[in-house]
Amino acid sequence: MKEFAALFTRIDQTTKTSIKINALSDYLQFAPKEDRLWCIALFTGRRPRRAVTTTQLREWAAEAAGIPLWLLEESYPVVGDLAETIALILPPNGQYTNHGLSHWINELRDLHDVENEARMPRILAAWDQLAPTERFLFNKLITGGFRIGISQKLMTRALARALDRDEAEMAHRLMGNWSPETTTWDALIEAEDPATDLSRPYPFYLAYQLDDAPETLGDPSDWSAEWKWDGIRGQVILRGGEHFVWSRGEELMTDRFPELARLRDFLPDGTVLDGEILAWRDGPLPFNALQKRIGRKTVPKKLLTEAPVAMAAYDLLETGGVDLRAQPYATRRAQLETLCRDLPADAPLHLPPHVTFDTWDALAQTRATARNHSSEGVMLKRRASPYLAGRKKGDWWKWKLDPLTVDAVMIYAQSGHGRRANLFTDFTFAVRDGNELVPFTKAYSGLTDAEFREISAWVRKNTLQRFGPVRQVTPHHVFEIAFEGIFESPRHKSGLALRFPRMSRWRRDKPLDEANTLDDLRALLKAYD
Amino acid sequence: MVLSFTERGIYCPAGDFYVDPWKPVPRALITHGHADHARPGHGAYLCTHGAAPVMRHRLGDIRLDTIAYAETRQIGSARVSFHPAGHVPGSAQIRIEVGGEVWVVSGDYKTTPDGLSEAFEPVRCHSFISECTFGLPVFTWEPQDIVINQINQWWAANASAGITTMLGAYSLGKAQRLLAAIDPSIGPILTHGAVEATNAVLRGQGYALPETVPVMPDTDHKAYPGALVLAPPSALGSAWARKFGPQSTGFASGWMRLRGVRRRRAGDRGFVISDHADWPGLLDAIRTTEAENIYVTHGYTDIFARYLRETGYNAQIVATDYTGEVLDPAPDEDGA
Repeated sequence: MKEFAALFTRIDQTTKTSIKINALSDYLQFAPKEDRLWCIALFTGRRPRRAVTTTQLREWAAEAAGIPLWLLEESYPVVGDLAETIALILPPNGQYTNHGLSHWINELRDLHDVENEARMPRILAAWDQLAPTERFLFNKLITGGFRIGISQKLMTRALARALDRDEAEMAHRLMGNWSPETTTWDALIEAEDPATDLSRPYPFYLAYQLDDAPETLGDPSDWSAEWKWDGIRGQVILRGGEHFVWSRGEELMTDRFPELARLRDFLPDGTVLDGEILAWRDGPLPFNALQKRIGRKTVPKKLLTEAPVAMAAYDLLETGGVDLRAQPYATRRAQLETLCRDLPADAPLHLPPHVTFDTWDALAQTRATARNHSSEGVMLKRRASPYLAGRKKGDWWKWKLDPLTVDAVMIYAQSGHGRRANLFTDFTFAVRDGNELVPFTKAYSGLTDAEFREISAWVRKNTLQRFGPVRQVTPHHVFEIAFEGIFESPRHKSGLALRFPRMSRWRRDKPLDEANTLDDLRALLKAYD
Repeated sequence: MVLSFTERGIYCPAGDFYVDPWKPVPRALITHGHADHARPGHGAYLCTHGAAPVMRHRLGDIRLDTIAYAETRQIGSARVSFHPAGHVPGSAQIRIEVGGEVWVVSGDYKTTPDGLSEAFEPVRCHSFISECTFGLPVFTWEPQDIVINQINQWWAANASAGITTMLGAYSLGKAQRLLAAIDPSIGPILTHGAVEATNAVLRGQGYALPETVPVMPDTDHKAYPGALVLAPPSALGSAWARKFGPQSTGFASGWMRLRGVRRRRAGDRGFVISDHADWPGLLDAIRTTEAENIYVTHGYTDIFARYLRETGYNAQIVATDYTGEVLDPAPDEDGA
């Protein structure tokens, strides 16, 4: 664990990508194969099975540290991370032993098979053998979520560097449904044919936001445009008589969207589609219809009729079992159109037509009507571009509408986690309704660090009441809240919900009575829902 | 009550004086020279001989009387003496005895020696007024020599890589403590004006500090390869700091114990070193006073007081305007 802790420390002590890649690449060359494999798994969001609950972990740590449990609980929000809190309160370790990363993961796995009472002494023994940073990492293995500034992209680059192999191939090998418990280093990284895994998706190509004028992209005839849908980006794979549905976050969602099983009736085996999963009835429904389906692993019948989903396809990555990604977009799109030509109207697959335009001005005018098409803007794709892996600048752009905004009053504040621990960063906002303030949204982002520090100091001095971690503050500050959409929502007191709310400006110039009203929000709802 | 808590500060009716008041008063006894404890505008001041030069430097022409550690002075019907608090050079706890009842105002303190400040001395009392800036069990400090070693190694590695070492630390106390402990043979040491001003005051008092080069507007930033630059935390990342070219940035503060804070500061390194007591230090100090009544001031007061009550003390929270070691110092908070 010493080597893995050293790797973690090197990464954690720098903000420079080159240093992170060097550190990872060193580890991936020199660590034992099983440790390397777990290292990749952890930094790409895979985790070992959880053998003990975080509740148990808290209790045992408090006991080991000789402090009451409530004191640990009070320390946690200050630290902002449970694994770290526990590592910080434990007494110094007694007998240090240097085992590798996979040793400790196996130890956690083995805890599944022992009696409940035997687990605590094994965890205490582990703590006693680990140095402080190693303890923190060990705890992280249990509590989950290694967010240390290593993106999938960075991991892939480091792996390609360590093995002197092609980056895109490495990215493809790391995709999909693997875990160190079901595969080996050799099978995942070294084996000859990566397509042996039928379900393995291609790395998604991600667009950048277009901030400059579209004229900077050059000749409009080099580009295709389509509506940008607000659903779940997905990849549908039809191989070996089966079908698989992947999210952009590499989550297998096949069972969540049973409607898509029918795609096998319309498309040949050896087909891979990229597109957007949307709630659909005679056209795309707003995002809040899809929201009901998200997070549900099984779907009750009622919901299948209320919010049926379909895929709006926009790219063809594989046909007849052949990888098309190197072909120009225009070619792939033409093949996709051929494939979708004879679809019946009730098929769970749609191919929304391109948005046609001759000049950038004309496209700008069409784009301004996006909200009327349940869309948040347009996507621009260079007709000659291959399908790349990851977020790359140049060929794909999202050109979104400016967000909607309202001016709202801050009424509750809560402190954040991680690097935002000890700062108030999570706020609840209200609009005016007569003499009352009606809460309607939360927002966490959009302020600078300096602004968060300033508002945190203000919150500490202007707390009216505490409800656990939440503080009710004097209604005083007005913020401009930007958002992408507004929907009716009976679950909220205000009767509505926002899509992607964030703080776009601190309106120090606005007094409380100039904040927007509930009626203003209802008018927006009427205009856009 | 020997002391009472008023809106101007901690007040002793028997002697008609205040301790570290935050609003102007006729007579103030001051524990140490940090800005949140020694404020301008009082009629008369009393502090230790060691704290006086910094007080004069910061507050200018004030009516200031000084006293030696452990010397006793009668003020009205109160007997007063000052005892080392180990916080910064010259810092004191103030012992106040009225009719046989003893109270101690600790100001800011730390219980472990730092090689520069006069070492903390526990003072027996009935009532103890304690800070608790780091009053949570997650705050425990490693011995100073381990942290200083980390700083030396970091500096030496930067020097051999040809980049400048930028270390952020409070300009009064922490900076001089670091100066006195680090290995000056690694390279030249450059100082920000705020740090150098305190250096000059402490050198004048006879505290031994290694040679430093104050950074002036006309300083040639390239003329000091392998240098360590010591500056207040708020100066790091500023235009002033960027002039030193390729650099590695570190902060020296108790808050660096927390990974979230280290990441928020966006420095390369965080060194866990504080002039305030850690959790075991606070509990030790309170135990050795043998006091029954504990008044906790700035820090995690509600949590710390609750813990003290559960462990048998009569503990209460007192609201003050002291700040302790500031979590996210803004440019005007560096003096705390």
